[in-house]
Amino acid sequence: MNGKIIMMENIKENITTDEIWKLMEDINDPEIPVLSITDLGIVREIKLTDSGVEVFITPTYSGCPAMDVISMNIRMILLKEGFGKVKITQQLSPAWTTDWMTNKGKEKLKAYGIAPPVGKSFDKKYLETELKVECPLCHSKNTKLLSQFGSTACKALYQCNDCLEPFDYFKCH
Amino acid sequence: MGHRLSEWTGHGPMLEQDIAISNIALDLIGQSRNFYQYAATLINSEDHTERPKMLPFEVPTAIGITEDTLAYLRDAREFRNLLITEIPNGDWAKTMLKLFLFSTYQFYFYQKLVDSYDKQLAAIAEKSLKEVTYHVRWSSEWVIRLGDGTGESNRRIKRALEEVWPFTGEMFEAAEYENLNAQKRISVPVSEIKPDWQNKVKEVLEEATLEFPEGNTWMQTGGKNGIHSEHLGFILAEMQFLQRAYPGCEW
Repeated sequence: MNGKIIMMENIKENITTDEIWKLMEDINDPEIPVLSITDLGIVREIKLTDSGVEVFITPTYSGCPAMDVISMNIRMILLKEGFGKVKITQQLSPAWTTDWMTNKGKEKLKAYGIAPPVGKSFDKKYLETELKVECPLCHSKNTKLLSQFGSTACKALYQCNDCLEPFDYFKCH
Repeated sequence: MGHRLSEWTGHGPMLEQDIAISNIALDLIGQSRNFYQYAATLINSEDHTERPKMLPFEVPTAIGITEDTLAYLRDAREFRNLLITEIPNGDWAKTMLKLFLFSTYQFYFYQKLVDSYDKQLAAIAEKSLKEVTYHVRWSSEWVIRLGDGTGESNRRIKRALEEVWPFTGEMFEAAEYENLNAQKRISVPVSEIKPDWQNKVKEVLEEATLEFPEGNTWMQTGGKNGIHSEHLGFILAEMQFLQRAYPGCEW
């Protein structure tokens, strides 16, 4: 019993924040399982403290139901790594933006059939007007907006006028 | 408003719109959770002897209160809200119109709240503003489509405008606590956002071929001081039932 505790403490002491970042890459967004929470830019900061670790996360949308699941998954993976005390802090400011999504994440989205966000969020025109979004299936730009709200809060529903397939668009936010 | 909009879930005019309105309801409930969570933290940090003044019920000292205490265990009189959020949805036209008028108010309110001296309120506003931008856009499009649509849709949204308009005056009339918080730069002087709100509403109504109600219409008030319409009691009865019947239950 004693030995086990010491071993756990050892893991805790030797681990660096870089390695914890690496662990975070294995946690997926439950609603878009092809993306990890680091691809999305949900994890903002990782702090090692004397007694454990504190992870700062930011929600994509205020009412995002995935946040509770994500928090739990972070906690589980860190407890498994031997951290006795895991604190998860939700941080609202600066507000999450699709600008934080990694290029790797955008590529994964596209391959999964979801059009990645077009443009940068600080440019108001991407938030307020209808955009030309490329069809992730046939790459045509001849597409139309069906609904500004899709299967989850972060997506809109589009349809391709060429291949006629409907597809999700991850809104610039 | 989030709770009201969620009543459309499964009843929307078509699947895409059903999903849209449910997403908006989710955003609004998420925003409320952020405010309630913060309020609970503030109340818990207050001196315990002060609490009875703020809440009408006993708070267990060891645990303190949570967002759920505030949502599920207060009675109608303890809620402070705009009456426009209580009125029944009516038809799609009435729901769209009240959502448009309310979202536009939220948009300008949050736009000022991001400069709050209270960092957490500013953060919630920053987050919410992005969401509300989409709500304004979506509901404006519906108001325009219905106003400038068929004879029937025009008749319905015109009637909605007559019914909902008297609930808009309250938005810009500050309650005493709002004035206090605005002076401390914690919150927003609500009367100051009226011109922006009017301009935006005018612009959309005009495009919808609807007439902006000029002049001094009689306005409903009271919600901000705990005097509500009869509808809030029914909303709370439904929303709070489980926690009242089975206190502390979780699933």
